[in-house]
Amino acid sequence: MTKGIAGADGLAAGQRAGLEGVAWRWIIALALIVLAAVMPFALSNYHVFQLTMVMIYAIAVLGLNVLTGYNGQISLGHGGFFAAGAYTAAILMHRYGVPYWATLAPAALICFALGVLFGLPALRFEGPYLALVTLAMAVAMPQLLKYFDTWTGGQQGINLVKPLPPAGLGIDRDRWLYLVVLSALLIAMRIAANMLNGRTGRAFVAIRDHPIAAAAMGINTARYKTLAFGTSTLFTGVAGALSAVVIGFVAPESFSLFLSLSFLVGSAVGGIATIGGAIVGGFFIEFVPNFANDISDAAPWAIYGLAMLLLMYAMPRGVVGSLGPWLAGRTGRLDFVARRSLAVEQKDKGRKS
Amino acid sequence: MHQLLQQTFSGLAYGAIYASLALALVMIYRATDLVNFAQGEMAMFSTYIAWTLVNAGLAFWGAFVITLAVSFVGGMVIERVVIRPVENAPVLAAVVVTLGLLLIFNSLAGWIYSYTLQEFPSPFPDRPVLDALLTTRDLGVIGVTLLMLLLLFGFFRFTTVGLAMRAAAQNPVSARLCGIRVGQMLAIGWGLAAAIGATAGIMVAPVLFLDPNMMGGVLLYAFTGALLGGITSPIGAVVGGLIVGVTENLVGTYLIASQLKLTVALGLIILVLVFRPNGLFGTAILRRV
Amino acid sequence: MRSKWTTVTSLSAASLMVAGGLALAAGQYGPGASDSEIKIGNTMPYSGPASSYGVIGKVDAAYFAMINDQGGINGRKINFISRDDGYSPPKTVELARQMVEQDQVLLMYNTLGTPPNMAIHGYLNDNKVPQLFIATGADQWNDPKHFPWTMGWIPTYGIESHIYANYILKNLPNAKIAVLYQNDDFGKDYLNGLRDGLGAQASKMIVATQSYETSDATVDSQVVALQGSGADTLLTVAIPKFAAQAIRKVYDIGWKPNHFLTSVANSVGTVMKPAGLEKGVGIISASFVKDPTDPQWQNSQEYKDWLALMTSHNLSGNTTDIQAVIGYCNAQTMVAVLKAAGDNLTRDNVMKQAASIQNLQLPMLLPGISISTSADDFRVVKQMQLEKFDGTNWKLFGDVVSGSGT
Repeated sequence: MTKGIAGADGLAAGQRAGLEGVAWRWIIALALIVLAAVMPFALSNYHVFQLTMVMIYAIAVLGLNVLTGYNGQISLGHGGFFAAGAYTAAILMHRYGVPYWATLAPAALICFALGVLFGLPALRFEGPYLALVTLAMAVAMPQLLKYFDTWTGGQQGINLVKPLPPAGLGIDRDRWLYLVVLSALLIAMRIAANMLNGRTGRAFVAIRDHPIAAAAMGINTARYKTLAFGTSTLFTGVAGALSAVVIGFVAPESFSLFLSLSFLVGSAVGGIATIGGAIVGGFFIEFVPNFANDISDAAPWAIYGLAMLLLMYAMPRGVVGSLGPWLAGRTGRLDFVARRSLAVEQKDKGRKS
Repeated sequence: MHQLLQQTFSGLAYGAIYASLALALVMIYRATDLVNFAQGEMAMFSTYIAWTLVNAGLAFWGAFVITLAVSFVGGMVIERVVIRPVENAPVLAAVVVTLGLLLIFNSLAGWIYSYTLQEFPSPFPDRPVLDALLTTRDLGVIGVTLLMLLLLFGFFRFTTVGLAMRAAAQNPVSARLCGIRVGQMLAIGWGLAAAIGATAGIMVAPVLFLDPNMMGGVLLYAFTGALLGGITSPIGAVVGGLIVGVTENLVGTYLIASQLKLTVALGLIILVLVFRPNGLFGTAILRRV
Repeated sequence: MRSKWTTVTSLSAASLMVAGGLALAAGQYGPGASDSEIKIGNTMPYSGPASSYGVIGKVDAAYFAMINDQGGINGRKINFISRDDGYSPPKTVELARQMVEQDQVLLMYNTLGTPPNMAIHGYLNDNKVPQLFIATGADQWNDPKHFPWTMGWIPTYGIESHIYANYILKNLPNAKIAVLYQNDDFGKDYLNGLRDGLGAQASKMIVATQSYETSDATVDSQVVALQGSGADTLLTVAIPKFAAQAIRKVYDIGWKPNHFLTSVANSVGTVMKPAGLEKGVGIISASFVKDPTDPQWQNSQEYKDWLALMTSHNLSGNTTDIQAVIGYCNAQTMVAVLKAAGDNLTRDNVMKQAASIQNLQLPMLLPGISISTSADDFRVVKQMQLEKFDGTNWKLFGDVVSGSGT
């Protein structure tokens, strides 16, 4: 199947198919968006709530994809940044009466700053060492939240009033929040796509695949790595803020180490170096524990673990990571990032066998 | 002064516990270039096997030896069946697989053995030593950990299998060309790590009490200790584990905000790592361009 | 003249009465209740760091299954839906919504943990769903004015720590107190309750506090630090694993404080024995249920009934766990309330019955302890008795007392 692999052939075929290919992609994307926007009106409140959580997790996982997938810096601590965003929103709403939609920007800014602050020392670390440093973030966050209890409400957490939809729209709270989160997700995906398919994205990927060559070519690795960190935590922080609004409650227990690990798993299952994979990851995080519970209520997490294993065996690059290039290969269109990822795969294959 | 000594020695005793699990982590990393997040849960599961044997009437040392053997074989089987499929996959897939293993073992243990706390017998008597700064049991744990360290060090340095394993980890293609069966080396590596983990668990259970979540907290500190010492160095693992134990205790005692003990302890260790990003005894990874 | 109108009227009246009577016999039903079943929703941490409490949910399920085998409540079977929230509040919110909106349960029962319950009590009260007999001792659950649908069950941590405070003030007026506590609501409520109970003396008497996280491996270092403060009295507020470690360490370092231990962790089988029976001599705790490892209860019919339930429902591994007894008593309270509701199984009526329990005696509660509630007093069990460990079991002493916690 020569069509799918990088090469003049594939590119030319793609260019020929160019205009049609682009039109098709836009039509499908639009159809999906319309479907997503209309779906909540056909579902019960509870399901709408679940789908809203899926999208929130998708935004969080998208952040992780930017950092770990595109830039190669592993993070076991994104739960901590999620918490930072959630508490920023909660404190603003609870203490200062800020309306929910106005908490997103501060949460984004604060989490971006946190990410940059974190990214700077993280420049020194790689591989398991970076994993430890980010892990420390995930583990320290609940402690810090409990300690500064005058601000955070400590162990008791903060109870929030769920926002009302704008009067006159005639939809209820759950559906309104669903649409708000959907918009946030679409905006996040657009921003990510723009960034990752452009110069910044290419720099990220270059640093991931061959940092020395990248530096030799004049890419300021320190700046881009820090930027990757900040952008990543920005997305995850906004997701956290949205989660505070939708669930209506924050407490240190909500942001355990397991949450950070779930994000990583969702990322891997969806496809770490993809944007669409984040949505698959969101579905995994939200629904698989429930399915596992239905299958076995004696050892549900064993089923969840088994699901993780089987997915990794079947699709080690994640669902979108594996299906994406395959699909694109058939249509002759592969974007730069996908081609790079495939090339790195071929190189890596020789490593262990 | 007495308080300082007491906390330091207590830290050494617990540090030995972290060090013993850290040795298993280092073992797997050296053999397969992978951090096994499921190491703690595998150790816990092995300890439950030992517990079942002891409850069935077996003497302690008999149960110990059988558990080691079972864990060794189990580790090899896991490598072959569970890890092998993702060996050539991106590293993240392997990480997710080990996380999945963690969940599976933890959940199975909870299901089979319930979450109630269990006692576990210790081979060492529990008498205070050195003016109540340590007990003979603490000394036993430290002794066993140092013994494992010596064995591991000797294994890698002085045996052919150890040499073959190092070769297989460093350069699988060349190792194959030299006739080393890389797959076998990986399996043995995992088996040994599982046996080390089982030893750690059995040493630890009398002190921490046996329940499915026994190794959760220990794994975090073991991981920290292993990295502090250098993830490729067994000596580093032990030194790192001991340092983590002592730091944790001293920070908890002398820090005013003792509720931030974990945060501050981790912060200090990371600070050290900033100056030695490959750990105290780790070797820097040299890359050819 | 008996006109046909009278006949018609009396016939109509008669038929109306019959129909009405039939309707009454058929019952008034809220969601989740019918002629044949009563749906109860529950979340428990069956996994994660709090999973040792999952036994409570299992005992609930076992008890309800037994009641069903005996014919159910007023002929209706209990459909007990219990799901794992892993002690994570977002999950609890999701599960509560699922049970209320999808499964359409009549009420939520015995949901465990303060953060999980905090996450859902707004939602449940807004939707007028009873949140009964929740498994947490936090002091804030007795608030019928603001949260008329939420009710606790176990004596609050404040009640217990007040009991200790009163004892200390009376018997150890010059004590220097150290406190080891779990760094969460459970631990902090005890600490605050102790402070509150000691009143003006608190800042003078409490000389040191040390906390730990459930993710810690051990509390030995904290114990050593507390000894270093020169205290002669210790209050340990910890879950079984850490309580056992603390008891052992206190003995090993040669410290002999007046040692008070939270009732959550005073089980002979799961705490005192692993710690070393001789190491716990003299420890004071409080209780409101019969310890299943205490020989003084083991010949009684009540204990045998409980044991039979445990062994016939796959719970033989938990026959030394005091939490299993607490779950048993809690489930019996639920059944009593549902029985009292009769055929009027609306959420309103269930709540009303729960708030008007009169002197309910349960077989595994300590003698002298009974349950009563009222519209302004949502505290279900409010009495405890002090006990001292003698190396084999807990010897009750003093009278059954009511703490005056909030």
